[in-house]
Amino acid sequence: MVKKRFGWALSVLFAAGTLLSACGGQGGDNAGGKKEDTFSVAMVTDVGGVDDRSFNQSAWEGLQKFGKDNGLEKGRGGYDYLQSTSDADYPTNLNKLVRNDFDLIYGIGYLMGDAMKEVAEQNPKKHFAIVDTVVDAPNVASITFKEHEGSFLVGVVAGLMTKTNKVGFVGGMEIPLIEKFESGFRAGVKAVNPKATVEVQYAGAFDQADKGKAIASSMYASGIDIIYHAAGGTGNGVFSEAKDLKKKDPNREIWVIGVDKDQAPEGEVKIGDKTYNVTLTSMVKRVDVAVYDVAKRAQAGDFPGGQAIEYGLPENGVGIAPTQDNIPDDVLKAVDEWKEKIANGEVKVPTNRKEYEQFAATLK
Amino acid sequence: MRSNRHQQFLIPLLAVLLGMIAGSIVMLVSGYNPVAGFSSLIYGAFGDAYYIGETIRQTTPYILTGLAVAFAFRTGLFNIGVEGQLIVGWLAAVWVGVSFDLPKIIHLPLAILAAAAAGALWGLIPGVLKAYVKVHEVIITIMMNYIALHVTNAIIRSVLSDEGFKSEPIKQSASLQSEFLEAMTYHSTMHYGILIAIAAAFVMWFLLERTTKGFELRAVGFNQHASQYAGMNVRANIILAMVISGAFAGVAGAMEGLGTFGNISTKAGFTGLGFDGIAVALIGGNNAFGILLSALLFGALKVGALEMPSGAGVPTELVDIIIALIIFFVASSYMIRWLLSRGQKGAE
Repeated sequence: MVKKRFGWALSVLFAAGTLLSACGGQGGDNAGGKKEDTFSVAMVTDVGGVDDRSFNQSAWEGLQKFGKDNGLEKGRGGYDYLQSTSDADYPTNLNKLVRNDFDLIYGIGYLMGDAMKEVAEQNPKKHFAIVDTVVDAPNVASITFKEHEGSFLVGVVAGLMTKTNKVGFVGGMEIPLIEKFESGFRAGVKAVNPKATVEVQYAGAFDQADKGKAIASSMYASGIDIIYHAAGGTGNGVFSEAKDLKKKDPNREIWVIGVDKDQAPEGEVKIGDKTYNVTLTSMVKRVDVAVYDVAKRAQAGDFPGGQAIEYGLPENGVGIAPTQDNIPDDVLKAVDEWKEKIANGEVKVPTNRKEYEQFAATLK
Repeated sequence: MRSNRHQQFLIPLLAVLLGMIAGSIVMLVSGYNPVAGFSSLIYGAFGDAYYIGETIRQTTPYILTGLAVAFAFRTGLFNIGVEGQLIVGWLAAVWVGVSFDLPKIIHLPLAILAAAAAGALWGLIPGVLKAYVKVHEVIITIMMNYIALHVTNAIIRSVLSDEGFKSEPIKQSASLQSEFLEAMTYHSTMHYGILIAIAAAFVMWFLLERTTKGFELRAVGFNQHASQYAGMNVRANIILAMVISGAFAGVAGAMEGLGTFGNISTKAGFTGLGFDGIAVALIGGNNAFGILLSALLFGALKVGALEMPSGAGVPTELVDIIIALIIFFVASSYMIRWLLSRGQKGAE
């Protein structure tokens, strides 16, 4: 009796196994077979995912726009993304997109550089693009941004608007990428207000809001009235400190300059029935524009493989955020003038500390 | 007797099946097709040589972290520090791999031994504290994880690179990567580490089941006082158990450093391999052969899950829930055993 029962259970299992493996086979056909004429494009996110309110999200917005403009559908043969849960997933995800036959494959973020180089070399006929770092391979387009130029413009705003002649910069990790933000910002402040000083501090991480808050607290206490942050999640601490101080004393003029996207929503603070905003403006980095652009060029048969494309002010890759309610008109006019000077090459914005020293010397 | 043997295979299979049914319900409720979902999961894990290669690559460190946790369990200790021991092992392996220029036959074993030694050291500290001052090993090992993470990050920044976020790639002579395996699996990241992991499983089985020392270690795990009374050195055995457990974890780190990545980069958080190792060990019944299978299950789920968003449109968050459900049912196989035994009684 017992044996019989087990025999029965086993045969059910075997049947289930056969059924499932049949399904597996079916999945295989779907994966390999379908190949359409339309141009398809996909991206691999960093661990942040497409709802990180920053970098990855911006890239995905660009891809979605491209998909909609071209009547593509989300999924294979259209536009899609894969999220990485750890750095071990980078090559797997990139390879997966290669095997799903996407025409153009993006890697988002400088940490993906190594994986991208390897996968690109293994698949020389495929087209790839990477954001924020340069991969030297003939089939990879490298997209970087002139963050220093955008930072220069918000530096101009800070230099003209500070009342204490003291402004602050909070960086995430002390890496060349963030040094570009720092140098550009310092140059912008110096160019319009030689008397102003810029205090620079690094939090050592992009995801520690408490550290950002602590740094902001000591900066505001020392008389600094405007802080520019290039610190991702750490920067949220700067916002929360500024909002706390504003709540205590609504008349105190303290400001935060946001980064990457328009961070005006982060700075809203309600006191009584009045709404204030501590966000002065933001330095936006249009990853979405760049992603869209490169996809369009690849679609038209003009894929910029092997090239390093830098998006600056003229390409609308970086710039000052559309929310400018807190900035008076004369300051905005000055920003436009400097923007013009940078765009036509009259002013060369420094990208690191050495160049900043040289730049500061020319001002005297 | 026959039915017992059947049960050993039947119960895990039934558990996986139940987990898949639960996952199907979740997918149906959220408006996704469970057949498409699970077929892409299976396709993403075993669909062709590439995916099989990736699954094996992911399974490799799971086997070793599972062994590390299980070894401590069998000797009555709860080693939560596998994560930290793995990280220092990874660091040591890469350090040796970058700094020396030696023939492969010396360099590769040296790098793996360095990883084992680093992991063993990270296990030694909680072992000594437990044995001599009775500090609970769970607390120390958790704290040791953080020390490992941040010390490793600092060393990568200051010693292994010039204020960068990753080390140089290791020398070819210390690498576990193989062009042959990569070519066979269409450029997957599979490497020779799997052979080491399987060998380690054999070592653990032999050590625990076939040697006097292994008997002592297990005896101390069962009952410290009885072991002491029988003339065994309880303290030495506790320390030895933590050291061996840590060494397994360190080798797991070497698999990542010498095989999968070929370097080490600063980490914002834990890898999760060590913590998943706890589940691998428990599902594998703390037994070397069982761990091979449960590590394969974890590896397949982890790699296969990456296919679900693109293959069946199931969002990443939902995939995590479905994977968790499968693991949940496998872990609660006791429940199934109980149900089966009731069924048997009814039949008799």
